[in-house]
Amino acid sequence: MDLNFTEEQKAFRAELRSFLEERLPERLSEKVRLGQRLTKQDYEEWHAILNEKGWLAGNWPKEHGGAGWNAVERHIFEEETTAAHAPRIVPFGLAMLGPVLQKFGSKEQQDYWLPRILNGDDWWCQGYSEPGAGSDLASVKTTAVRDGDHYVVNGQKTWTTLGQYANMIFCLVRTSKEGKPQEGISFLLVDMNDPGITVRPIVLLDGEPEVNEVFFDNVRVPVENLVGEENKGWTYAKYLLTHERTNIAGVGFANAGLANLKRIARLEQSGGRPLIEDPLFAAKIAEVEISLMAMATTNLRVVSAAAAGQAPGAESSMLKVKGTVIRQEINALTKQAVGPWAMPFVSEALEAGSNEGPVGPSYAMSATPHYLNNRKLSIYGGSNEVQKTIIAKAILEL
Amino acid sequence: MNFQLTEERQMLQDGLRRYLGEAVTPQALEAAQTTGMSPEIWAGLSEMGVAGALFTEDQGGFGGAGFDLMVVFEELGRAGAVEPMLELLLAGRLVAELGDETQQEIVAQAVEGAVQLAFAHGEPASRFDLERVETRAERSGDGWTLTGRKSVVVNGAQADHIVVSARTSGDVADRDGISLFLLPKGTAGIEIRDYPLSQGGHAAEIVLDGVTLPAGALLGAEGQAFEAIETAQARATAAICADALGAMETARALTGDYLKTRKQFGQPIGKFQALQHRAADMLIEIEQARSAVINLCGHLEADRDTREIHVSATKHLVGKVARLVAEEAVQMHGGIGMTEEYDLARFARRLSMLDQRFGDATFHLGRFVRLRAA
Repeated sequence: MDLNFTEEQKAFRAELRSFLEERLPERLSEKVRLGQRLTKQDYEEWHAILNEKGWLAGNWPKEHGGAGWNAVERHIFEEETTAAHAPRIVPFGLAMLGPVLQKFGSKEQQDYWLPRILNGDDWWCQGYSEPGAGSDLASVKTTAVRDGDHYVVNGQKTWTTLGQYANMIFCLVRTSKEGKPQEGISFLLVDMNDPGITVRPIVLLDGEPEVNEVFFDNVRVPVENLVGEENKGWTYAKYLLTHERTNIAGVGFANAGLANLKRIARLEQSGGRPLIEDPLFAAKIAEVEISLMAMATTNLRVVSAAAAGQAPGAESSMLKVKGTVIRQEINALTKQAVGPWAMPFVSEALEAGSNEGPVGPSYAMSATPHYLNNRKLSIYGGSNEVQKTIIAKAILEL
Repeated sequence: MNFQLTEERQMLQDGLRRYLGEAVTPQALEAAQTTGMSPEIWAGLSEMGVAGALFTEDQGGFGGAGFDLMVVFEELGRAGAVEPMLELLLAGRLVAELGDETQQEIVAQAVEGAVQLAFAHGEPASRFDLERVETRAERSGDGWTLTGRKSVVVNGAQADHIVVSARTSGDVADRDGISLFLLPKGTAGIEIRDYPLSQGGHAAEIVLDGVTLPAGALLGAEGQAFEAIETAQARATAAICADALGAMETARALTGDYLKTRKQFGQPIGKFQALQHRAADMLIEIEQARSAVINLCGHLEADRDTREIHVSATKHLVGKVARLVAEEAVQMHGGIGMTEEYDLARFARRLSMLDQRFGDATFHLGRFVRLRAA
């Protein structure tokens, strides 16, 4: 048992820090710190900076142009970039599709799509959920019917995050109604510019059109865009979900959120003293901090096992539940810390450089939008209820 | 012991529920976004005489008791109405209790729904500290000069009259030395920034840059306003908790319907025991909140310490339950509960903002401890 990072890992952290100091544009980190909106160009700019250094795809093997980091190194990257308020790496192409193509895609697909993901030629989005297939993902109804060299796709996807920016979507589609629902699903890559695709934004609780509905009306998709075998898509989908869950604990986000919460609690005054000196409020911060300290170690336990070659199993479900609840509590305490300043909702102030400034202190303006938006954490990527069922079945064997 | 509503209150509740159920439409809410309220609904509420229920007979109303407030605000919350009735209660009762004959005419107009009111008390640094007033009022000639800034003044830009607190003596956190003034709309020297609120409605930042007022603007005795402010906030706390109670009932009803109709894994999700128990917890907690609101409404006329113990007990408990209900309702809906176009959204936001006004659950827990120890 040794809780210390190795010398190599420490050196990596130091290298990361100086890189971030040098290359992370202050314009971007300021937006992230204040919780202002990031544009498509902002994400692309940051991706390009990382890609130039070879650090964009930490989870990809070197042969595909990735950094080839193990789970501990990826964890350090996550910690340092969130602490520096770097924009997050948009996960759809890099964290989700990339690993699926590397494992199940054809040589042609790998050679064509993987470099395009790294270079930012494509913006991918995820076509998994449907109105009738949320937690019960295997019940997807969007159909793909073979017609010569094409599949003809009809149906609807929903909760498509940042689909408004995307030119490509990877989809779970039904190619067979035989057998169990899981057995008739295929994994298809679809060009969003194809005729018959309509994207409709969905505005969330915080007022932001972050997700979309995507409608498919007789969309013709070339058969070479099928990944792996027909009707084996469920296997690939599950593989993708385990990757979706590798950073599911969100320790970096939680640490950054906690630091921000403490900063605010030192600046806000209650009863003529800093709020952080109010013993009841301080106790609430302490409770979540203690949870986070333990959860961070649970995360490292899983990360170390993964770095040693063990595939994460139901442990990632534990991290999902604990990690999201901790982040949501930090969001709730941050909203609480800013007091009445949580009430004003000036959407324009979330736009960097807007003439309309925040009503109260700048640290207060994103507290409510973040609190509301992050209610999604316990819903998406397999809701916390679904995770608990996985734990009950896979670990407890109930 | 009798927990039934009187016949009059029952009629008021039924009438309000029916009216608001029809009047609070998506179109009305849309229209309310630019000004913070729908003029049609405001007129409709006035026509029903709702404002009268907030005032005693002496004050020109027909109610004014805690349970009158409970009936009115529970229904406003249940429908998710954004009209500034709470501001009318807060400012109107201050004017009714402290005002001279001329000033009290405003109350009569308010009861008719002819004027809108606001209470400008909070400041950038006051948070939930009722006695922290840095805005100063200095005597100048026969009148007064006010200088300072008031923050998150709900309905501030729309109000025809604003009750403003200012310090005429003492240190920034003294209870003594706080005075109230009545400012008509458009008073020179006031700078107002109007903005929307997360829960619906509007508020304003009000900068008072040497605002001169005549002697007649002083409301009540100089430097003696704290007690009235605390009493007014006690009533407003009862009202906002009743409002939250109504909003929770709606959130629960929406969630119950959804659990019965949404199917996953071949059955309504309400058949899953994991969700059944959580829906049951929600109900249990909402009933706790209802009892807490009843406790406070029944003690609004009690001696100060008893009343304030109930203020803190109720605001603490309802604050906690409101968070639970908002978060659980969204969670049990799943993705659809996150969306603006589904009706739950405005109720979840309304409930999540309860803690930001008149003190949050933690603030009132600490206050309860201190009051009990005293």
